[in-house]
Amino acid sequence: MPKNLAKTNNFSITFVSMNRVSKSEVIAKLQRDILCWEGFKPAKAIGAGLIGLGPVEAAFPNQIFPVGAVHEFICATQEDAAATGGFISGLLKTLMKNGSGCLWVSKSRKLFPPGLSLYGISPDRILFVDVNSEKDILWATEEALKCQGMAAVICELGEVSFNQSRRLQLVCERSKVTSFIIRSDPQKITQTACVARWLVTSIASQTKGDLPGVGFPRWRAELLKVRNGNPASCEVEWSKGKFKVFQQQDAVEASVKRKYA
Amino acid sequence: MHRRYVSIWFPFLLTDWYERKQPASKRMPLVFVISDHGRLMVSAANEAARKAGVDMGMAATDAKALVPGLLVVDEPAGQNEKLLRGIGEWCIRFSPVVAIDLPDGLLIDASGCAHLWAGEDKYLSEITYKLNAFGYTNRVAIADTAGCAWAIARFSEGQRIVVPGEQLKALLPLPPASLRPEKAVAEKFYKLGFYHISSFIHFPRPMLRRRFGEHLLLRIAQALGQAEEYLLPLKLQKAWEERLPCLEPISTRVGIEIAASTLLEKLCSRLAAQGLGIRQAVLRCYRVDGEQQQVEVGTGLPSDQPGHLFKLLELKIGQIAPGLGIELFLLEARKVEKIKPGQHAFWSDSGLNTSAISELLDRLAGKFGADHIHRFLPQEHYWPERSFERVDDLRAQPTSGWREDITRPVWLLGRPEPIEVMAPIPDYPPILFIYKGRRHQVKKADGPERIEREWWMDEGEHRDYFVVEDEDGKRYWLFRSGYYDGNKKNQWFIHGFFA
Repeated sequence: MPKNLAKTNNFSITFVSMNRVSKSEVIAKLQRDILCWEGFKPAKAIGAGLIGLGPVEAAFPNQIFPVGAVHEFICATQEDAAATGGFISGLLKTLMKNGSGCLWVSKSRKLFPPGLSLYGISPDRILFVDVNSEKDILWATEEALKCQGMAAVICELGEVSFNQSRRLQLVCERSKVTSFIIRSDPQKITQTACVARWLVTSIASQTKGDLPGVGFPRWRAELLKVRNGNPASCEVEWSKGKFKVFQQQDAVEASVKRKYA
Repeated sequence: MHRRYVSIWFPFLLTDWYERKQPASKRMPLVFVISDHGRLMVSAANEAARKAGVDMGMAATDAKALVPGLLVVDEPAGQNEKLLRGIGEWCIRFSPVVAIDLPDGLLIDASGCAHLWAGEDKYLSEITYKLNAFGYTNRVAIADTAGCAWAIARFSEGQRIVVPGEQLKALLPLPPASLRPEKAVAEKFYKLGFYHISSFIHFPRPMLRRRFGEHLLLRIAQALGQAEEYLLPLKLQKAWEERLPCLEPISTRVGIEIAASTLLEKLCSRLAAQGLGIRQAVLRCYRVDGEQQQVEVGTGLPSDQPGHLFKLLELKIGQIAPGLGIELFLLEARKVEKIKPGQHAFWSDSGLNTSAISELLDRLAGKFGADHIHRFLPQEHYWPERSFERVDDLRAQPTSGWREDITRPVWLLGRPEPIEVMAPIPDYPPILFIYKGRRHQVKKADGPERIEREWWMDEGEHRDYFVVEDEDGKRYWLFRSGYYDGNKKNQWFIHGFFA
């Protein structure tokens, strides 16, 4: 069993160097190794810390926001859907940096293109596909995910079953296109194969020095489930064309919110 | 039916073409040259050059020395055939059977055609007149055989109609070259002193065969109508079409798929050779019972990729009902366009305009219809519903930039929905509003932003928009329609949700 032998060697090296590095670093290294041994391939990422989501980004395996995977967003209300739309647009700004386009599939589109320019993306680079049924949304999403030139594919669904999400995830892994599923029916939340489950809600904005008026958009971004990672949450503001994390929420408080998890 | 053939001879085919293209060169001595064993030889000369003594087969340098100011043009390869094909296709109006007669003529099977022009004389005049009008000098003749018509057109002065059955009489005074012999044989006749057909035509056949070869006998027989001469008629190329007849009727899906991909391969390779791509194609299936089934596909950008087009067709194959079987498949490209050679970037596969994305869109359009896919471009309007424009074209570019200086919501309701509002005095934002039975306490607000109706487009009340944030931190876009009026209650609406 030469393969196992190699693993033991690796382990012993880590062990020997223990007195020089701190305990937490060793544990982090071990965790990374275990991920590798489990067959988890680090997704082709934009790079650590580039999205600018701080603690939330750190909750992902290897502390890298996974690109080329399916993310699902839970939205119970129209307000949540709007908040999620804004948040995703912020993510898209980074994903579409190299000039590529993205596809937005939905059944009843409410997205207002001029509103997206606030998030630093040009709405004319988004292709909108309006279809009539959830089945068609899944079909279109899967086809689009096969297309390697895409930066991301966003779809608005009521519910998604484990098999459907697994299918999308497999296509994503092959083509390295990122997919965002906006789910509008939180009553039917089941197990899915998505890499992360998000909940984005609007919170009160702040203005400088209590000036009157509405401030920059602010959200509480919660990672309810992360494959091979930890749940996390933070409060984030979109200002000056990037995410600005200004408060990390207690992980315990986040876990209270895990009714959707 | 009695057969009649017309031969058309273009003595100055190439030079006529050149003069037609460049009228300035008319009346100038002009020759076409081809490279032959490292020398430039004259291959065609116009009338002015011939009068000055230039002859075919002369070296170009000699011709230049002979004629001062001679215009020398390189002969484009295959130009003769290309010209004749073009003229021949045009001549199909005179008869359905037109054949190219290289190097400088056309043969027309005019059997049963001339009476439509009220007789052979008028028929020939019409041909001559029309071709002259195009600028092509021509000589025509009609006879019972193609060979006889050929000879009369080229070698007979004046006469152009050979009365049925009198080929021999018409041929007798003509030189032996008019029988279309091989070049060496023609030279032999001159050496032997046979300047007219009449001087040898009555010789016994074995003797002619021994001295001049079998080919000459065949030519004589063809000219006299004793042997059949076959024409290879020009076919008008039906735009872009491929057909696949089947020996056995096809009724399975696999069979139809194989037929479709075979036809696509053929058509695409033909199109690709000319740098063209399919925009619209239709597959017709002719069933054994006489019924016809057809499916159509369309693409956003011209495509010559059979694999991609097959994926589009594959979605539609289910619509074909094969019945008892399909005996003929026919694929026609209804709309073809030039494929623009794409510019490839080294690093980024960026932009929407890549072939991968256009192929994806074709598949989506094939499934849902093209009107389900669109992009949005900015429009220079303040009115929110008109501030963007739907386009279907991937290549369309925004004419103006998206506005970033004004706040607009991410989510917009298709129609503004009425809400109950408590607002203090005019032009102040509401204190609370009720939307869908829920009471929202307004904590923060921006506004008003007045958006006027565009009076040149429609009439109605203006809107005063407010951005408000409620106690939960949710942000909304509300507006009051029209001016505040103490007497009547103003109507408030919710129009969008901010992120």
